[in-house]
Amino acid sequence: MDLITLAHGAGGKLTAKLIDNLFKKYLGNEYLFQGDDGAVLSLPTSKIVFSTDSFVVSPRIFPGGDIGKLAVYGTVNDLAVMGAKPLFLSLGLILEEGLMIPELERIIQSIAEAAKITGVKIVTGDTKVVEKGKGDQIYINTSGIGVINAPFIPTGRAAKPGDKILVNGFLGDHGAAILACRENITGDFISDCAPLNDLIELILENFPVHTMRDPSRGGLAATLNEIAKQSRVGIELWEESIPIRPQVKTLCGYLGLDAFALANEGKVVVILPSEVATEVLETMKTHPLGQNAAIIGEVKNEPQGIVYLKNAFGGERIIDMPLGENLPRIC
Amino acid sequence: MGMINANLLKMFNNLMNLAKEKGQTINLMEVCGTHTMALFEHGIRSLLPENINLVSGPGCPVCVTGEEVIVEAMDLIENNTVTMFTFGDMMKVPGEGRTLNELKAQGFPIKVAYSPRVALEFAEKNPKIEVVFFGAGFETTAPALGAVILEAFNKKLNNFSVILSVKTVPPAIHFLFSQEIRINGFILPGHVSAVIGAKSFRFITEKYQVPAVVTGFTAEELLLGISLVVNSILKREPGYYNAYPTVVREHGNIVAQKIISEVFEIGDAYWRGIGNIPSSGLFLKEKFAKFDAKKKFGLKDRQPIIPRGCKCGEIMLGKVLPPACPLFGKACTPEKPVGACMVSSEGSCAAYFKYGRR
Repeated sequence: MDLITLAHGAGGKLTAKLIDNLFKKYLGNEYLFQGDDGAVLSLPTSKIVFSTDSFVVSPRIFPGGDIGKLAVYGTVNDLAVMGAKPLFLSLGLILEEGLMIPELERIIQSIAEAAKITGVKIVTGDTKVVEKGKGDQIYINTSGIGVINAPFIPTGRAAKPGDKILVNGFLGDHGAAILACRENITGDFISDCAPLNDLIELILENFPVHTMRDPSRGGLAATLNEIAKQSRVGIELWEESIPIRPQVKTLCGYLGLDAFALANEGKVVVILPSEVATEVLETMKTHPLGQNAAIIGEVKNEPQGIVYLKNAFGGERIIDMPLGENLPRIC
Repeated sequence: MGMINANLLKMFNNLMNLAKEKGQTINLMEVCGTHTMALFEHGIRSLLPENINLVSGPGCPVCVTGEEVIVEAMDLIENNTVTMFTFGDMMKVPGEGRTLNELKAQGFPIKVAYSPRVALEFAEKNPKIEVVFFGAGFETTAPALGAVILEAFNKKLNNFSVILSVKTVPPAIHFLFSQEIRINGFILPGHVSAVIGAKSFRFITEKYQVPAVVTGFTAEELLLGISLVVNSILKREPGYYNAYPTVVREHGNIVAQKIISEVFEIGDAYWRGIGNIPSSGLFLKEKFAKFDAKKKFGLKDRQPIIPRGCKCGEIMLGKVLPPACPLFGKACTPEKPVGACMVSSEGSCAAYFKYGRR
């Protein structure tokens, strides 16, 4: 049978076979081929960003992506929003006994493709196999190193009153796609799973960004609440300007969820001085991942730490930090 | 959301200004939990003058489910080999300090379902597993629950049963009028009315001379509903309106009513924090007794558990607003709720906490 057994994780012949036939075959590069316990890396500058993330998404393959792509793009995006150019990734796999090897192969191929697209190298890795019933087929951890070339680093502490808030497209697509899959809801739900490094580079090269973050788990609501607290500012959002697909709104209505709290895997929130906002918006729209970009709100002095939403007829409400229990294991 | 009809907005704003000038306190009760959430979500509370208050009524199904019912469900799962399905909100409501979520984390097979059909399908596919659906609801969920029970009956399923806490809204409103409440107008539940018909709430205006409106859940529908009822109050001409005619008919959904009357019989029901309300509950008819999990597994009846310290009952009767509860936002938060009003996404305390006063 073509499936993962405990022996694949035992460090013996089968482990070596897995490494040769899958990991080296698809992910190989000069660092990985060295085959040592760690990779010796040369970095072009002394300022690096180091980030890690684990991926336990269910289902593993979903419209618009799979756990492999997510594992690469997730860490690449975390590095990119810190203003870094992503260079190297580690890949930690926890496999459950019984996982079909063709499925693993498909995921590894997907990882290889995502690495190629983003220009990162997978330089070290690890595989463990747990007994049947002790995992959910596959868990992936990626850690990444990126280097900073820009003269400044956008951080969550730097949003200033008067700044405009932009997002590069429709929100909630990933969360909606995963939920629709799980609940067997048919409809046009596709994850936005995508690498943001290219788009972010385009923005950072040209504009003085104060704050940048990818609103993944917890969605826009969590991201902006974090920023409002870190920067000690208020954040005003304009409901009519926030791009959300009608089918995502409908799904949220049906399941009683908040679209602002749904996960995204290809979205970036950019906060920068008002004077350049329109120009940044136009620049974003020239990129394939920014065609539905929008200016969605403004940073205010008050009320500190609070995110609130205004609608077209003057109604206001607070957007709170989501509890996050509705949507477990989304990325 | 889209844009709001400019004429409607103008009418609404004019009425709000007029109400402000007149200065009389106007208490409007939105009976339904989904309205509570929608009113916050669309920021409509922020548009009302200070003398118009929106108070939440007893229209959140999880909120009015007695704590003892949750304890019964936990008893069942701990003492029997069953797989339980329930609505998400039920997972978080504490029963004697524990929750179904905690039992799930201990390894008991408890699954969240958005519809009772999921549980029925699971039972059909797994004939060796005893499946129990734990459902709370009003007239809105009763037809779906009834349909599933009918299907289980027709298919002669032996491994499916239910714990139900199903209530009906009109008796609760009659009960409100027996209390010392000062409600000047009612915003009536659109979905419940779609099932039982707009006629079912006419008594509010006819018997008690209080203006009332059946309305939908969009910003526009809510603004219209509030406008109609406030206008009626200011003119002192108690009117009854159906502002949701595309969905709600005078006589409701006859098919759904037939399912309800085929499966359920009416009895007295205990409402959390409020007490017993005569003829306000739906219970399985004798014909369907084999699907009653309490009978099937010989669960003992528990006495109502009175929530300690929390003002759920007074909040749901519109006597006080959530922030007036001493536990609100302190001992009782969505992360660690004391009462169901803080747990349920339709609960007024959760709505207040989530969306704030703005």
